[in-house]
Amino acid sequence: MPVDDHVLQQVAMSRDEYARLLDLLDREPTDVELGMAGALWSEHCGYKHSRPLFHHFPSTGPYVLTKAGEENAGAIDLGDGWVAVFKMESHNHPSALEPYEGAATGVGGILRDIFAMGMRPVALLDSLRFGPLTERANRRLFRGVVAGIGGYGNCIGVPTVGGEVQMHPAYSGNPLVNAMCVGIGRREHLLSASAAGAGNPLVLVGADTGRDGIHGATFASVELAADSGERRPAVQVGNPFMEKLLMEACCELAEQHKDWIEGLQDLGAAGLTSSAVEAANRAGTGIEIDVARVPRRAQGMTPYEVMLSESQERMLVIPKREHLDDVLAHFRRWELHADVIGVVTDDRMATIRDGDQVVARIPIGILVDPPQYPPIGVRPADLDRIQNEDLAAQPDVTDASGALLRLLGSENLASRRWIYRQYDHQVQNNTVVRPGGDAAVLRLKQSRRGIAVSTDCNGRMVALDPRAGGAIAVAEAARNVVATGARPAALTDCLNFGNPEKPEIAYQLEEAIIGLSEAARVLNAPVISGNASLYNEAPGGSVLPTPSIGMVGILQDVTTRLTIRPNVGDSIVLLGADVPQGAATLAGSEYQWLTLARLAGRPRIDLAHEARVQDAVLTLHGTGRLTAAHDLADGGLAVALAEMCIAAGAGIDAAGIEVGDRLDGALFGEAQSRFLVATAEPGAVAALAEAAGVPATVLGVVSGDRLRLGPIDVAVADATHAWETGLDEIIAQI
Amino acid sequence: MRAAVLVFPGTWSDGDCVWALQQVGIESRRVWHRETEIAPDELVVLPGGFSYGDYLRCGAIARFSPIMAAVRRHAEAGGLVIGICNGFQILCEAGLLPGVLMRNESLQFRCQDSYIVPVNRTSPFTSGLDAGRGYMTPVSHGEGRYTADEATVRMLEDSDRIAFRYGTLDGRITPEANPNGSVHGIAGILNERGNVLGLMPHPERSCEALLGNEDGNAIWRSALAAVGARV
Repeated sequence: MPVDDHVLQQVAMSRDEYARLLDLLDREPTDVELGMAGALWSEHCGYKHSRPLFHHFPSTGPYVLTKAGEENAGAIDLGDGWVAVFKMESHNHPSALEPYEGAATGVGGILRDIFAMGMRPVALLDSLRFGPLTERANRRLFRGVVAGIGGYGNCIGVPTVGGEVQMHPAYSGNPLVNAMCVGIGRREHLLSASAAGAGNPLVLVGADTGRDGIHGATFASVELAADSGERRPAVQVGNPFMEKLLMEACCELAEQHKDWIEGLQDLGAAGLTSSAVEAANRAGTGIEIDVARVPRRAQGMTPYEVMLSESQERMLVIPKREHLDDVLAHFRRWELHADVIGVVTDDRMATIRDGDQVVARIPIGILVDPPQYPPIGVRPADLDRIQNEDLAAQPDVTDASGALLRLLGSENLASRRWIYRQYDHQVQNNTVVRPGGDAAVLRLKQSRRGIAVSTDCNGRMVALDPRAGGAIAVAEAARNVVATGARPAALTDCLNFGNPEKPEIAYQLEEAIIGLSEAARVLNAPVISGNASLYNEAPGGSVLPTPSIGMVGILQDVTTRLTIRPNVGDSIVLLGADVPQGAATLAGSEYQWLTLARLAGRPRIDLAHEARVQDAVLTLHGTGRLTAAHDLADGGLAVALAEMCIAAGAGIDAAGIEVGDRLDGALFGEAQSRFLVATAEPGAVAALAEAAGVPATVLGVVSGDRLRLGPIDVAVADATHAWETGLDEIIAQI
Repeated sequence: MRAAVLVFPGTWSDGDCVWALQQVGIESRRVWHRETEIAPDELVVLPGGFSYGDYLRCGAIARFSPIMAAVRRHAEAGGLVIGICNGFQILCEAGLLPGVLMRNESLQFRCQDSYIVPVNRTSPFTSGLDAGRGYMTPVSHGEGRYTADEATVRMLEDSDRIAFRYGTLDGRITPEANPNGSVHGIAGILNERGNVLGLMPHPERSCEALLGNEDGNAIWRSALAAVGARV
């Protein structure tokens, strides 16, 4: 075979895959064809290892309008003709090399997915993972990523309203940067990314095409290595100003002139190649592109480079022939370049010309049919031993107050203010509940409704039990949304895993998908969009399995939204479980990490109970008896209660509460399906909960300036100080 | 009174300004930067954003936009002009206000609540406000540190052209309340006639109780009352 290993390596194609391509084509591919096939068959574009598992995902539900995979993002019905579209996507590898531009272009990319559907982006969220910030290299990545997210989002005028960040050594050298965007619009303005109608022109709008980001999709589909720095040219550079113009122009086109166009598609991974081919595939058509007509910003670019460039801020518009001039004039008015680069054909072929010369002519069917590798998972040999470790064999906590303060000041639990004050989280005047609570709440200007949005995933839980951990990620994201009074409607996921060709990673992937699918089904939050980022391996090993969940819930009356801040004088009631909990609930907990610095035990979740508890909280909210709510997650009961006290600026006396014989489990255990609610009517709330089969314990009244919970007795001022300064102090180190 | 809310490429507070003005009963029209006409009775609003991406220097390119000639004429004729955030930067670049907005002292973007205390009590934008208290107006900027040479600052202070300083809810001017390191805690300044205001925080964001606060409306109401009084 004439093609050498180096060429195949560049397009991340195996020998076997090349043989398959030869077989399908029945001839040698040209270099452009090979590049296009390599990009579209990469894990990043082709989901070779993850697609065989997608059938697990529940895809339908009462709110779902556009299902996963149909368009660039899924869509849900908010009522009264309003629609929300949302999706989460990873930009992990670029951010590992160039944290600022990697994160910034991650934000840019997810924005384009949303406005390609004609919807106006109203919110951004970011799910981030880094190695411990005690290490300088991780702090550098952390600062760069936060600056990049802010740099792009702040400039474009879309608020960054939420997200989460967790640190763990497994993310050292391979941070996770998952960006989520939510768009809102009228149902009749929803666009399709479809290249329909043979003879319609293909119009490329926005930035000129350069050499940046070539092989980005393939780069995302291999492990990071010590020499990955040499891949830096595969990282793109963002121009949020250009994107702002594109966003306005595309949204206006959808809102005012939808009849001018057949389709609108963003250019993301694998650039023009995936954009044009996917749009043609959606419509069952073909495309012919003349690369000589693509405006360049670099001289001497080959057809191969033009087709695979990942230059940012570009959109592909498919106008109806008769409205081509209208569309071109529309973009000119927004001071954007728009050029006809090709035409829709009816031959189901991707034909690429360079002037008169045909440089690629390949059936679309081959390009969009990558080989599939159902993962063959093998349960890690030591998982049984790790899960079965007797956590009660560890000594119980002795200084519970000290442990609480350490947890509150730890890099994983301390206030995220250092991050979100660098993000414009208010622009567009919709942010009703700001970052810092369980979920952000945005109002819909033209109705009484609101949406609650949250991202979540605890990779430690997934590592200890991929199936339960996947379910817990969904349950926790749903609890965040429920805590504001919103009903979960649908979710997006971003599957961050290591190399799926390794059996234990394949096991994690499959199990986590099954777990998250079960939870999504039971909690009525179907999966409407998502993204898989595999090969997250640095030289030190693979990342924790991290299926990040982005949850969107609907509030029928946004004025009834809850925050985590109780009023002084309110009673706090624990819902979902009794206070006493065994040491087994410390599996994967923050407390376990802080005290043992390793993972052990087996996290558990009862999804039927989770649904019962969430329903009970929503029912109680509906009665108007709740003044605040907070879900229990990292750090357990003590941390959740402390966070409510910090928000209230007042204490609580729950010193006399029955805590059982295992203090660490009761105070810091992370048993699932629990909420704290604040109310002026604790008796009625507890009775209603218990009637619904949900255990309830009245902890005490918000008052005074000390937080007392069993053996814990700390000044709220001290708790506040630890929590507010924890992250600042770590990140302030050079 | 009607408002002309200017839109430069990269402006993003235009929608918020239109929304906030509506809360106090002022109708608005959006004016694309290539337009050239502003009606004499219009309140001109230069909203926040990143005009032209602000890659060179904030507001440095926007000042060459065709509409800016009309803004200048409007200001010279005594019409009301308010520049918020990036709009303030553009007014400084255009020479309609003295000084410059530099990178925040923290070297980071800051989005947070801030209180501004009215200093001038006679301009259309401030005459309707209460002395001795702070008005909650969120900041959201990376380059909002007002800077001018000593003589200019003294001139501004001596001629009662400091519109607002950063302070506390109860009206105290403190260094802690200053979110960006502005000289003398300056949050907003006026031109000589008092009809042009540059303001770094965003009053259009504190326009509704649902969003947390409606203090910002007081500035629009003040302008509305002043124009009513003038007629």
